[in-house]
Amino acid sequence: MDILNAVVAILNFVVIPAAAYGAQLALGALGVTLIYGILRFSNFAHGDTMAFGTAVTILATWGLQALGISLGPLPTALLALPVGIAATAAMVLATDRTVYRFYRAQKAKPIILVMASVGVMFLMNGFTRLLIGVDEQRFADGARFIMDVRSFRELTGLKEGLAFKTTQGLTIVIAVIVVWALFWFLNRTKSGKAMRAYSDNEDLALLSGIDPEKVVRMTWIIAAALATIAGTLYGLDKAFKPFNYFQILLPIFAAAIVGGLGNPVGAIAGGFLVAFSEVAVTYPWLKIAGYLFPDWQPGGLLQLLGTEYKFAVSFVILIVVLLFRPTGLFRGKSV
Amino acid sequence: MSTNRQAASASIWRAPVLFAILAALFVLEGTVRNGMFSGSWNTSLAILNMGLISAITALGVNMQWGYAGLFNVGVVGFLALGGLAPVLISTQPVEGAWEAGGPRLLIALAAAVGTLALAAQVRKRLPKWRGLAVTAVLIGGFIIYRWLFDPAATAIEANNPARHGNIGGLGLPVLLSWAVGGVFAAAAAWAVGKVALGLRSDYLAIATLGIGEIIVAVLKNEDWLARGVKNVTTIPRPVPFEIQLQRNPEFLELANSWGMAASTASGIWVKLCYMLLFLVVLLSIILLAELALKSPWGRMMRAIRDNETAAEAMGKDVTARHLQVFILGSAVIGIAGAMMITLDGLMAPVGYNPLRYTFLIWVMVIVGGSGNNWGAVLGAVLIWFLWIKAEIWGPELIALLTSPMPDGNLKAHLLASAAHMRFIAMGLVLLLVLRFAPRGLVPEK
Repeated sequence: MDILNAVVAILNFVVIPAAAYGAQLALGALGVTLIYGILRFSNFAHGDTMAFGTAVTILATWGLQALGISLGPLPTALLALPVGIAATAAMVLATDRTVYRFYRAQKAKPIILVMASVGVMFLMNGFTRLLIGVDEQRFADGARFIMDVRSFRELTGLKEGLAFKTTQGLTIVIAVIVVWALFWFLNRTKSGKAMRAYSDNEDLALLSGIDPEKVVRMTWIIAAALATIAGTLYGLDKAFKPFNYFQILLPIFAAAIVGGLGNPVGAIAGGFLVAFSEVAVTYPWLKIAGYLFPDWQPGGLLQLLGTEYKFAVSFVILIVVLLFRPTGLFRGKSV
Repeated sequence: MSTNRQAASASIWRAPVLFAILAALFVLEGTVRNGMFSGSWNTSLAILNMGLISAITALGVNMQWGYAGLFNVGVVGFLALGGLAPVLISTQPVEGAWEAGGPRLLIALAAAVGTLALAAQVRKRLPKWRGLAVTAVLIGGFIIYRWLFDPAATAIEANNPARHGNIGGLGLPVLLSWAVGGVFAAAAAWAVGKVALGLRSDYLAIATLGIGEIIVAVLKNEDWLARGVKNVTTIPRPVPFEIQLQRNPEFLELANSWGMAASTASGIWVKLCYMLLFLVVLLSIILLAELALKSPWGRMMRAIRDNETAAEAMGKDVTARHLQVFILGSAVIGIAGAMMITLDGLMAPVGYNPLRYTFLIWVMVIVGGSGNNWGAVLGAVLIWFLWIKAEIWGPELIALLTSPMPDGNLKAHLLASAAHMRFIAMGLVLLLVLRFAPRGLVPEK
């Protein structure tokens, strides 16, 4: 039995990738859940909002690179993020004003708002394609690794290597900062408290003199910032391809529902739950079993599901939650 | 009948006039040759045939949305599942595939279904230790399933992989497979609806989004089923091949009397045959749907849609009715999926793009008039025509708009990205209709 190597292998292939992916999902799910809490509909355009924000960020990154500006070991995209966030916020505020506000005033059924968000999704998808095309774009620069396989082996003398990419480390650090800032905002500032009050009980919040339009605007701006950050981190970590951002919608929804729609803490927990299940179920465990039980010769790769089916994992989690606890693990909204 | 969707009733001439305009568009496409139209009946009929299939899909979506207010975001999955039927039912059996692993595969699938059923029973019956027992059943069942399934699938895929490598079909008539496609889609709809209906309305949308992606992923990756991305090309046709017609002296005479080349005439003949078949299916579905809507069942459905609480108070089982109509609508979508594969003569899972097969269908339903079958048909054929023509009209429009601009990068970029304008246009159409004419072109009566 070779526990040390097994632990390193698990860290390298499961824990680190899943933690980075989970942080990206959590940021995305936070946006979905905030919009659900305040505006009370599932925003199908969120994936394409992420794609749009990332596309603008990439364009700004290229601009900065052309000017010769860089952040040294960190990716230049971090400097470009504010531009992406500003553009995305302007975009979603424009859609709110032209599309959603009308249905809000009418007190339309949530499903009509969902449908309108599908229309917005089409628009955003088209704008992203106009901006940057449909091809895969790589825009990560700076140092590639915090720790690469060879130096880890030299450092520890273990057979198994461990790679920790800069983008993965960055994702986790930024996610922690963003989540801390969001919770500080929601719990400590007057605007944040107004948002939570509005989410809990709309009528009571209106009676206490909270301006609903202001709350809605703030929600959209925060959601746009979260979407752009999540999308950029996802694009840095993997690669930017607009269609992938449509597909990531399912894990994001699963994460938000698992945690309880409308509940920010739940969205973070849900994001990590979905990410860890996805990676653990699609990882071939043969290597790790080889370290732990050297005498055992299993027939296959010990992979529960092919990586092509990673979306099935989010779906199964979603189904299980819907069957046993439709309000989510952290008690979200029931209506 | 009082419904909150009812406003001033539209003129009875509205639908016939709109259908006449639509017919005129297809006639123009078939006869006039200029910058906007191709002047080829072959093109015109090809667009119409695909439009008719879209119309049947839109009818299915309209049953779910228009009659019951259910938002199905997995249309692409049900279409793809229906498309599996012609492959499994009507292609010729593959030599050696069944012997390689057919029975074992069936037993594996039975074991999977049995495991789920057993888990459900355990959960219902067991007084204590329920979660633990269900988990144990599921894990045990999964191991047995993989033990049975993996060797069988590998053996089938190893059987002549260059030409087949799939389980093969039954060699039955292709028209039968259309009905089977409906059954496939209905079964998937039952499974999804059972879980997601009765909860918040968004949940069905998200669950169908998931099942849609999973069905397409299964078709892409399970080579033993329908060869995955290697595609199945040997799907039989219910109509004669063009080449057979061109060799038939009687047909050649007929083509002569039309004053057309044999190649053109045979293409048109085949497409007309398809059109007739599709029209028969479309009209029978509309007839059945209209009869159902006028029956007490239809009135109940609309009552539920318009006020769920009141209907529930009257003793109607809202969730069960929703499940029923969700299954029916999905079955219709499945039939359309099988018809589409038959028309293409090709099963190519890579082509199942949700933007094209889910959201475009939604635009069709909303534009046509949700709740009205004729509206859905009109919207489907019209939007399909525009979607196809936008490929040609879009770049020309952009070229016209940018002609005063100086040549440069921006102009080149705009011209190059004209293809993406279709998505923006469809999104705009959806949003504008939803806001300014929520009842669509042909409103519900």
